Parts: sequence; structure tokens; C-alpha cells
Amino acid sequence: MTESHQGWPLYEVFIRARAGLDHKHVGSIHAADPAMAVEHARDVYTRRGEGVSIWVVPAAAITASDPDEAGALFEPARDKVYRHPTFYDIPDQIETL
Amino acid sequence: MYTQGLDQAGYDTGYAQDDAALAQRFQARVDAEDKIEPKDWMPDAYRRTLVRQIAQHAHSEIVGMLPEGNWITRAPSLRRKAILIAKVQDEGGHGAYLYSAAETLGVARETLVDQLLSGAAKYSSIFNYPTLTWADAGAIGWLVDGAAIMNQIPLCRCSYGPYARAMVRICREESFHQRQGYELMLALCRGTEAQKNMAQGALNRWWWPAVMMFGPSDRDSKHTTQSQRWKIKRFTNDELRQKFVDFTVPQAEFLGLTIPDPELRFDADTGHYEHGPIDWSEFDAVVKGNGPCNRERLAARRTAHEEGRWVREAAAAHAAKQALRRAAEAR
Amino acid sequence: MANDPRFDYALHLADNALVLAQRLGAWVGHAPELEEDLGLANLALDLLGQARLCYAYAAEIEGRGRTEDDFAYFRDEDEFRNCLLCEQPNGDFGHTIARHFYFSAYQQALYTALAAGPDARFAEIAAQGLRETRYHVRYSANWLVRLGDGTAESHARAQAAVDTLWPYVHELFESAAVDRAASAFAPAPESLRSAFERTLEATLAEATLRMPSDDWQPRGGKDGRHSEHLSYLLAEMQSLARAHPGARW
Repeated sequence: MTESHQGWPLYEVFIRARAGLDHKHVGSIHAADPAMAVEHARDVYTRRGEGVSIWVVPAAAITASDPDEAGALFEPARDKVYRHPTFYDIPDQIETL
Repeated sequence: MYTQGLDQAGYDTGYAQDDAALAQRFQARVDAEDKIEPKDWMPDAYRRTLVRQIAQHAHSEIVGMLPEGNWITRAPSLRRKAILIAKVQDEGGHGAYLYSAAETLGVARETLVDQLLSGAAKYSSIFNYPTLTWADAGAIGWLVDGAAIMNQIPLCRCSYGPYARAMVRICREESFHQRQGYELMLALCRGTEAQKNMAQGALNRWWWPAVMMFGPSDRDSKHTTQSQRWKIKRFTNDELRQKFVDFTVPQAEFLGLTIPDPELRFDADTGHYEHGPIDWSEFDAVVKGNGPCNRERLAARRTAHEEGRWVREAAAAHAAKQALRRAAEAR
Repeated sequence: MANDPRFDYALHLADNALVLAQRLGAWVGHAPELEEDLGLANLALDLLGQARLCYAYAAEIEGRGRTEDDFAYFRDEDEFRNCLLCEQPNGDFGHTIARHFYFSAYQQALYTALAAGPDARFAEIAAQGLRETRYHVRYSANWLVRLGDGTAESHARAQAAVDTLWPYVHELFESAAVDRAASAFAPAPESLRSAFERTLEATLAEATLRMPSDDWQPRGGKDGRHSEHLSYLLAEMQSLARAHPGARW
């Protein structure tokens, strides 16, 4: 068996920094299998106690939006000002709203 | 630790005609301090420049594990041994962050490693100097990591998002390196005569290589402008070098050590230290592969890679077997 | 008081951890893959931390002002109380993994018992170490399985490593003077063997490796009679400190 030119597959790493927070993308590592990916993510990205939970995802499994479609995907949400609380005028006397 | 090669290899700046509009939009985003992300359009030359610079930076971290790693087994106290292992480990971690950033540009780590091992890729020439005494481990932290920080802090604002984010992480850890190096030197300088001599010897050997880490003088560096326009680079080599000298000279004075530059003097008018002429012929020789340790460093990396091959293959083979077993169970 | 059995026992635990940490430290920068440089460094740092806690306790029990560095750097080979397994050379990655798996599986059983033992300080040190040791077992067992059940070459290398290091396992589970003197607060090594063997058998089976055979059973490390390897290890580790006696670093 010869080593593929690609080496071990790439995994993207997501870390929960503290209980109650979302997992956040921090970078990637290489690993042969998922268990190794968790160990490598731990050794590379949490040496200073940066995390309490790790997700690893094969990079090949991620589907990302296309930057060229950013306009079509995200611009329509921009002009829906009525979705935001500041759109509504409420008299000052009503303090609890 | 650090990037120095950014001014060395060939560069191309032009865009194809039909990309002109995209290029204009790209430059406008860079000018507006917008971050460029992996899937965004970018000029080929920008991509190539980044891959080269990030890879050189990553390789420097990896090769940079060796000179200090040389003292792990001989560290003179358990506290120092733990600090040094953690520090060398951080260099490896920085290499990993940077390979990760380079891979977002579409180049596999394996390819980058091959380029390092074949000698095609450069790494910072500073790591081709030997660590002859324990004080060298301190001098590297103090001077080499100190110089690296000068370079790296501006890179945290680099226009390419994944590189900038990797640099933020690295810079946070790098200041620990510089402080531990200085503290190590301080312990030696407050110690016995022999320890102080050891510290002075290390400063004598590492001062000029550290000063050269910033790369050729601006007068001889033709690429600075394009890199600055792309906001990959924020300051010129000489600006950063001057800052390093200004910071470091008082630190050496506090240690009671003498900087090995008889022409070094403080210019009251400019508020800066002026250093003597740099021997660029030595720098060129080391960059071309003829430094004291170029051969050993690459040989050590090649040996680790070759001797690790069966391990990497085993893990890949086991993962493939496991995947087949899972597929069979699912059926 | 130097005759306190806790003193010798603390040194024994510390020496095991330090000598193995010293071996692992030599890997940093030379591992089969970058991420493993970091992984092996973490193992070394964990063990070094455990060694320092144990030396600190030994120093406290002795009460003569000796420090962790006096114990690590200014004792001779015959004063080291580590098991022979810990001082065996790194060999290839397979040997390092097999050595680490044997030791960690033993240490997990030992720390589990010590953590529930009557001596508060040993219990505290063991409880803290146990968290690390559990990871070491996981890390080394996972690797042993990958190597054993990987390629034909890796299988042969893993089997050779497991076989070569097996003789040194017996000493871990045999009472020496240091263990007998510690019977009031530390488990008898023999009592740890069944937990160790459960971990071992499950891992070897998954790794498709066969159990090594019991013939040669060297011992003596815990009494200060070591293999040839330890004096080289110490010569390197202690050289700088001994060249500058009394210096502070």
C-alpha cells in the first residue's frame, strides 16, 4: 500500500470555548480517522484550555454558499427593515415594551 | 516563528485583461479593509504570493522546532524542561495553523511538505544556525521570537481572512515565547560568571542573524509595494528592523549584555538606534543553503518524514478497513 | 525523615513519570506527522507534571530542603526507582506506542487505587493524574489498534514492539521493597494486574495482535538495578545541571 499524495484527509475543527456558547470554527487538521481527528484537534487547538467540546467534520462534507451568489442569497434580507425591533415607534411612556 | 522569505522568490503582478473588472473590485475590497475569504475571487498572483508566504512561514515553524528541540533532553531544571517542551510544541502548533490557512487556498499540506523536503521551498534562514549552549534556547525566544512578533502583529490585519485569523492565534501565543526567552536570559545574567558568559555568547551569535530576519533592505527589495497594496504586508523590512533594534537594545542593557555591534549608537535627533552595516553576504549564503545547519535541518525533517511513512500508511489503511466494515454492517 | 516509606514511594512514582517523559520529549520535532509532534509533547508534559508533584511531595516528607531538581539532576542511576519499562529506548513509533500503552494501562489501575487510598496527598496527585492517564490509554490504545490492524508492515512492527517490551511488564506488577514498605497507603502491585489485563486483552484483540509469551522476566528497576539504557538517559539529562552545580536557571 502506498501513501496517497493527499496524505490523511482534512477535517475542519469547531470548538465550544465554554459551556453555553456555540461551537466556532477554528481551523483544520489532518487525521486518518474520526477518533484521531478529535485527538489532533484537542492537541492542536486546545493546548491552553480553549475548549470544552470539539466537533470535527470531514472538510469534503462541507457545502458552502458561493460568494458570487452572495447578492441573491443575502441582499433580500437587507431591506426587510420591519423584521427589526427598532422599526416600530412605541410611545416613550410604554417602558416595558 | 517567522516569515522572512516573502521578498525572495519571483513575483508576478499583472492580471489578464478580462479579469480587470474583477481585479478592480478585489482591490476596492482590500482598500476598504474587507477580508478576502477562500472562495472569493482573487488574482492568481495574490493567491500564489499568499501560498508561498504562508507555506514559508509554516515551514519555518516546523524547522524551527529543531534548534530549540535540541535542548529538550538537556534542559537544566524540570521547570525549564516543561516550558521548553511546551514552547517547541507551540511551534508545531503554529505550523499546523498555518498549513491549515494555506490549504484554504487549494494546496494540500502534502504538496507543501514535499516542497520543503525537496528543498524547493524556503524557510526562515535563522533556523540554520546551531544551538550550541543552553543560552541559545533563551536567545531564540528573546530575539528570534521577538523579531517574529514585530513581523507578525501587522499580519493579524492581513487582507486574507484565514491567514489573519491564524496570525491572531499565533501572536497570542508568541508573546509567551518571547517572555520565557527573556526570563531565561535574565536567570543566566543574574547567575554565575559562567552562566553570564553563556548568555553573552548566545547574544553574540544570534544578534546579527536576528537583525537579518527582516529580510533585505528596502532599497534592495522590489516586492514590498505590491504586497503592501494587497495588504499582505503592512510595513517595510527596514521599518520593522528599526523597531526591533529600538526595542531590543534597552532590553540587552537591562540584562547587562553587550550587543555585538561596535557602531551601534543612539541618535538623539531621530530617537532611534543606528546599527552598523549588515553582512548580507552571510545572509545570502545561508538562504542559498550554505548556513551552518541547513543540511542537518532538512535531513532531520526528511528522516522524520521517511521513518513516519509506515505509520501514516498504517493509519490510512486501518481507516479504510474500518470504513469497509461499517459499510458491510450497514448492508 | 528519610525512612518514611512515603518518601521512597513518591520518588518511585516520580522517577517513572520523569524517565518516560524524558524519552517522549526526544520525539518532539521528529514524529511521523505534525499533529503527533503535538500529541507526544502533551504526553511528555503530563508525565513531567506528575513527576514534579511527586518530587515536591518527597521533598516535603524529607524536610531537608532538597528540591525537585536535586532529585532529578543530582541522584545517580542506582538511586532511581523507576521501572525498567520506562527507560527502554524509543525505538520506532510502534515501540514508543507499545511502551506507552503498557505503562499507561498499568498507571491507570495504580492511580485508580491510589486515588481512593488513605494518603490524602497521593490521592490528590493520583486523581489529577488519572484524568491524564485515561487519555494516555485512549491515545496509545487507538494507535496500537491502527498499527496492528493497518498494513502488513505495521502489523509486523507492532507485534515486534509488543513482544520486545512485554518482558518489562512483569516488574510493574511485582512487589519490590518500595511497594512492601508502602502497603499501608498504596495498593499491592499484584492487585492491579487483572484490571490491566482486561484493557490489554481487549486492545490486543482489536489490534489483531497476539499475546506475547511469558518467558524472560527482568526486574530490579524499583530497587535501583537498571538496564544499560538508564545511565545514558541520565548522562544526557543531567549533563548541563551537573556542569554548573549550585546554579539557578
